[in-house]
Amino acid sequence: MTDPPDLGKGANLSKGATVPPKREPIIEVKDLKKHFPIKKGIILARQVGAVRAVDGVSFDVAAGETLGIVGESGCGKSTTARLIMRLLDPTSGQILYQGQDIATLSRKELKPLRRDMQMIFQDPYSSLNPRKTVGSIISEPFIIHGTETDEDKRKKLVQELMDQVGLNPEHYNRLPHEFSGGQRQRIGVARAIALKPKIVVADEPVSALDVSIQAQILNLLRDLQRDLGLTIIFIAHDLSVVRHMCDRIAVMYLGKVVELASADELYARPRHPYTGALLSAVPVPDPVLAAAKKRQILGGDVPSPANPPSACRFHTRCPKAVMGTCDVDEPQLEVKDGGSIAACHFPLTDREVGAQVPTAAA
Amino acid sequence: MGTYIIRRVLWTVLLLFLISSITFGIFNLLPSADPALLRAGKNPTPDAVEAIREQLGLDKSKPEQFKNYMERLVFHFDFGRSYVNNVEVKETIFDRLPNTLYLISGAAIIWFLAGIVIGTISAIKRGSILDRLMMGGALVLISAPVYWLGLVVTYLFSNDLGKFPLLPGVGAYGNADGFFDKGHALIMPWLVLASAFAAIYARLLRSNMLEVMGEDYIRTARAKGLPGRSVIRHGLRSAITPLITVLGLDVGILVGGAILTESVFSIQGIGRLSFDAISRGDLQMIQGTTLFLALAVCLASLVVDILYAFLDPRVRY
Amino acid sequence: MAPLLEVKDLTVRFRTEDGVVNAVDGVSYSVDAGKTLGIVGESGSGKSVSSLTVMGLTRAKNADITGQVLFQGQDLVTATESQMRVVRGGPIAMIFQDPMSSLHPMYRVGTQLVEAVRMHQKVSKSAARDRAAQMLSLVGIPDPKARMNAYPHEFSGGMRQRVMIAMGLCNDPKMLIADEPTTALDVTVQAQILELIERLQSELDTAVIMITHDLGVVAEVTDDIAVMYCGRIVERGPKADIFARPEHPYTWGLLTSIPRLDTPRDQELVPIAGRPPSLINRPAGCHFHPRCPYARPGQCDTGDVLLEPSAASPAHVVRCVIPSAERTAIWAALKAGETPQGVDPGAPPPLEKTLVLEHAEPEPETVATDAPSLEKKLTDD
Repeated sequence: MTDPPDLGKGANLSKGATVPPKREPIIEVKDLKKHFPIKKGIILARQVGAVRAVDGVSFDVAAGETLGIVGESGCGKSTTARLIMRLLDPTSGQILYQGQDIATLSRKELKPLRRDMQMIFQDPYSSLNPRKTVGSIISEPFIIHGTETDEDKRKKLVQELMDQVGLNPEHYNRLPHEFSGGQRQRIGVARAIALKPKIVVADEPVSALDVSIQAQILNLLRDLQRDLGLTIIFIAHDLSVVRHMCDRIAVMYLGKVVELASADELYARPRHPYTGALLSAVPVPDPVLAAAKKRQILGGDVPSPANPPSACRFHTRCPKAVMGTCDVDEPQLEVKDGGSIAACHFPLTDREVGAQVPTAAA
Repeated sequence: MGTYIIRRVLWTVLLLFLISSITFGIFNLLPSADPALLRAGKNPTPDAVEAIREQLGLDKSKPEQFKNYMERLVFHFDFGRSYVNNVEVKETIFDRLPNTLYLISGAAIIWFLAGIVIGTISAIKRGSILDRLMMGGALVLISAPVYWLGLVVTYLFSNDLGKFPLLPGVGAYGNADGFFDKGHALIMPWLVLASAFAAIYARLLRSNMLEVMGEDYIRTARAKGLPGRSVIRHGLRSAITPLITVLGLDVGILVGGAILTESVFSIQGIGRLSFDAISRGDLQMIQGTTLFLALAVCLASLVVDILYAFLDPRVRY
Repeated sequence: MAPLLEVKDLTVRFRTEDGVVNAVDGVSYSVDAGKTLGIVGESGSGKSVSSLTVMGLTRAKNADITGQVLFQGQDLVTATESQMRVVRGGPIAMIFQDPMSSLHPMYRVGTQLVEAVRMHQKVSKSAARDRAAQMLSLVGIPDPKARMNAYPHEFSGGMRQRVMIAMGLCNDPKMLIADEPTTALDVTVQAQILELIERLQSELDTAVIMITHDLGVVAEVTDDIAVMYCGRIVERGPKADIFARPEHPYTWGLLTSIPRLDTPRDQELVPIAGRPPSLINRPAGCHFHPRCPYARPGQCDTGDVLLEPSAASPAHVVRCVIPSAERTAIWAALKAGETPQGVDPGAPPPLEKTLVLEHAEPEPETVATDAPSLEKKLTDD
């Protein structure tokens, strides 16, 4: 605890928790919101409510680092990714890319920025056009952005890319269905890095793959990050994968960031009870550790984001919730004992973590 | 659900309004024979034609004619009078409607049941000789036009002309009296009209069924220990639902006139009415039957959509 | 005492247009009453097909099934279809991976449960409804009487899996086969479901076969483990042995290729090179040898490699030509953080053949989101 905690500049900190920023963020997200309207009406539909998929999210990403966003289905992590990519239009909030707010830019204004930001999708089966050859899929970015007009040179570039991601360049003219899931994900990666982007947003890039293939893709991403100096925003539900890949991690629950910490801190000393429950629930491939821990099982299901619980959204399922506080007073993200930033009135203590999370000591 | 129905009804009204305007446009703005001349009979005097023109309101400007037409239609549900014999279009349509309904409902029951039975057997026995025979036969029936099939069947089975005089033939319906008598006379038209539809439905159901039988919940049904019969019932429940939509629309379209079948078997239905109106250039009658067809299709699709919410619990409006 | 279920030399082949698919090849295992067997493997390993065969659900015109599946002394391979119907959903129940698609979307949950009860118990409709409600309450569904009238889509994923479990257990089965029961669920819900299965198992003394690709899940809930690769069991033994002293290179690969919470964060992942072979043209000898960093030419690629007991324990059997003592030494080195010789974890895998058998056993896919394609977005500009 001697190191100053690594705070995101954009984190919504309470007063007094000012820590000098150590590094220049390449992306800053400030109070980002995405509400999908729920409409009703006989002829003219009027809005009667909203699904608050993302509801006031703030964090930043430093150049060259990997930020993980983790959470269960419906927490808003994929929506956040699409907002940053501007595949969706934010309801409000800012997305600063190198200091410039891109949240409100038009499509035309965004086009040059698209070269710098690329996305890798979850499902390698549906995210590639089945009627296009691998070569034309990977060369598309060059054509769209007009960076390489000479066809022969383009083909050479594409084949270099294929080689770089571990595909046989001779398979240039094959169609996606001739490849396995892992190879298709490599095609997706090649397409994403074709224009040498600064930022890659990877949305569950390995969750559709077989276990023995996952490591191939994870290692590929790490190598590319090292070689190309990429900044990666890594979205996943698998806490083990996120821990392995990311420098810092934001934990989301029902559209909000509940905890933000360096990977080491988060897994050794989770402060938010939700993070604790997530870590406690991960099955560990070690029977001795598995037998030693007392699994913390959350009751019930994730509430609907159309009608989230008041104040702290986790209070309905939280084992530590104190009614009268947690359901009335919304906790802000602030530095907790140990250095994590968490939004909780009653953060976990080291002792509680030790009892629940078998891997906390590792 | 309530709001949905109200919204759908309002949209249907708007749609019908648009269709009536377009129909008016087509029949009044495009060049055609002079209706007044048509009504006036053989060798009329110019004065008589002029009088008729005035009487029909044809001397007025087009916007005014449109206004009158829409007023009559909307407030009195009045389709006008035939230019040829001055009968009320609406009355004629409703006179003919029972014949068409009888023809369609009988045929629909036949083709729906036949389609389901054939499609299901074919799907379960996929790849067998039976499957191939039935699907091949279906293809033949789909390709056979009603006027051809009607003549063939008449030639073979009608009791006046046929080689095997088993069934009442052409014109029998017009002479029949009473529900059962008419039904008996309709057997041949029913079969002819139903054949192509049955074939299409069988093929549709077969492919739906094959898809559904690969679903996880069918595996669950088998894993519960259900006998084959019940497993098929589970599959059929899902495979049939989309067919209901098709059925509704097909019936809607046919209510607007099963032109070929009615013509071949001289059944005085709506289809025959439109056919005659077209061949005589009776604009007002054509307009009336066209509107009636649009109305039938709109209502059918409304009914289908509402029905769907009951058939598939996942659908909520 | 004879085991509850004994599978002996089970082989399942499917004749297809492309050739014969060797989905399951000589699989043997046994499960005792009240115990849990974990079957671990990737897509195409035969783990699901072997279990579906136990239920008699792979029977088809193009399927050749040989070997024995002895359940309480009855051979389920030769049992007639009507005998199997009594077994399915009765003494052996099965639950599946995707609770979203495993319940009929157009029947009420109660109807589906009652159907299962009345299939195997001669009881009145209202008694069956009572039983169904009782089961729903047992699996932790609040207000079960009212929820009986709900349709599956009105339940969350976790709740649907609870319904599936209730349906599986409503006829007091002796054995529950759970095919990736938590793969499609969130991690906190997975914990709920695993706890539920464990609790019910101890209350009802049911044997469980847990099929999964997740080594964490088997470490938590099983007694014995069988690791399958390419239709065969490559290693089988008590859970403690498999995790403490794994002896098959494929098991090593599985254990070292996944990121895990109990190892240092920066520990290098060692991927298994290449990908599983086609089940139509399997490599000769040990099917794993083309991907195995320890393969020994001349030994691994010819003949039939047999499952043999390891040196340490006769219950722990391994299908590998490397002597047991040497394997122990290799694992010790691997565990100490060494990468296998000749394997550079950063290098791309060897180029692969493209014949895949994807229809035999689909990959366990998590819920696919319909991502708006980026390329489409870009070309819209």
